[in-house]
Amino acid sequence: MGLVQIGRREKDGELDVITTTVEKAVNWARKGSLWPMTFGLACCAIEMIAAVSSRYDMDRYGAGVFRASPRQSDLMIVAGTVCRRMAPVIRKIYDQMPEPKYVIAMGSCATSGNIYDSYSVVQGVDRFVPVDIYVPGCPPTPEALFDGILKLQERIMQRRVFVKQPEQVKA
Amino acid sequence: MMHPIAERIQAEFPEGFVKAVEWRGDLAVTVSRPALHSVAQFLHDDPRMDFDYIVHVSSVDWPDDEERFEVVWEFSSIRKRHRIRLKTRVPESDCVVDSLTDIWKGANFMEREVYDMMGIRFRNHPDLRRILMPDDYDEGYPLRKDFPLRGKGWRDTFEFLNERA
Repeated sequence: MGLVQIGRREKDGELDVITTTVEKAVNWARKGSLWPMTFGLACCAIEMIAAVSSRYDMDRYGAGVFRASPRQSDLMIVAGTVCRRMAPVIRKIYDQMPEPKYVIAMGSCATSGNIYDSYSVVQGVDRFVPVDIYVPGCPPTPEALFDGILKLQERIMQRRVFVKQPEQVKA
Repeated sequence: MMHPIAERIQAEFPEGFVKAVEWRGDLAVTVSRPALHSVAQFLHDDPRMDFDYIVHVSSVDWPDDEERFEVVWEFSSIRKRHRIRLKTRVPESDCVVDSLTDIWKGANFMEREVYDMMGIRFRNHPDLRRILMPDDYDEGYPLRKDFPLRGKGWRDTFEFLNERA
């Protein structure tokens, strides 16, 4: 079953009635207007910036309105190497984002620490914030980031809206 | 034949001069620890030297040597267009060296980094605190050769997760 059922008038086939569920309509609105937060930490940020540029145009997926404030955004793209000293800041920013909120771990560093198996680098941002989508690559191309965003949109469409959500895992 | 700058340092400080090495056009002069500050003052003040710019302060750990640490300064002269690397050795038992912040203000943060990473203290430094690691970091000095590569657990502990609610 798709997003909407379109009814047409019998006499001339013109658009008549649209039926859907409120849940699908809400999810559709949410996935089509993801406001990401600028959270570039290293070289991955350059690819994230390129993804918004005219050549790639992230706005096509409704995810091009980058905000500088966590209070205005619902998607945190952690792009780059996460140092341990940055970790409490990331957690605080995540806590400041209004629900519903999503996290993309962009690149190998945010996913697993990459080659930086050292005293100061966190071995994956999922150790202290819940991550929805992992985008592999070092750094991932803008196309790879788009794939992550499309996967996230699929995920958002599967969410239940008007039922009680399971308590979010505190990482 | 020694580099003219090295020769001049040796003439001015016969006691403090240890050795001079020139390799691919780079001059590195090693001086004794007590002479360090006066040599640096000379390099800065003497009109023939005129080293008005401090490029870098770093340190090296030689775990097998008697005097374990080596502090390395790099100076450059913008007008004279020459540069020099100044080195001195520091033993682990007395891990202190004179700060050069009174000669070059730019040494401030770089000396703090050496202190933070290698644990070498700088005498007369105006504000000797850690600069990269947090102030309450208590695992030691991460760039020392005997420090474990993955640290001692700090990177995997997230105490702020328990503070909430």
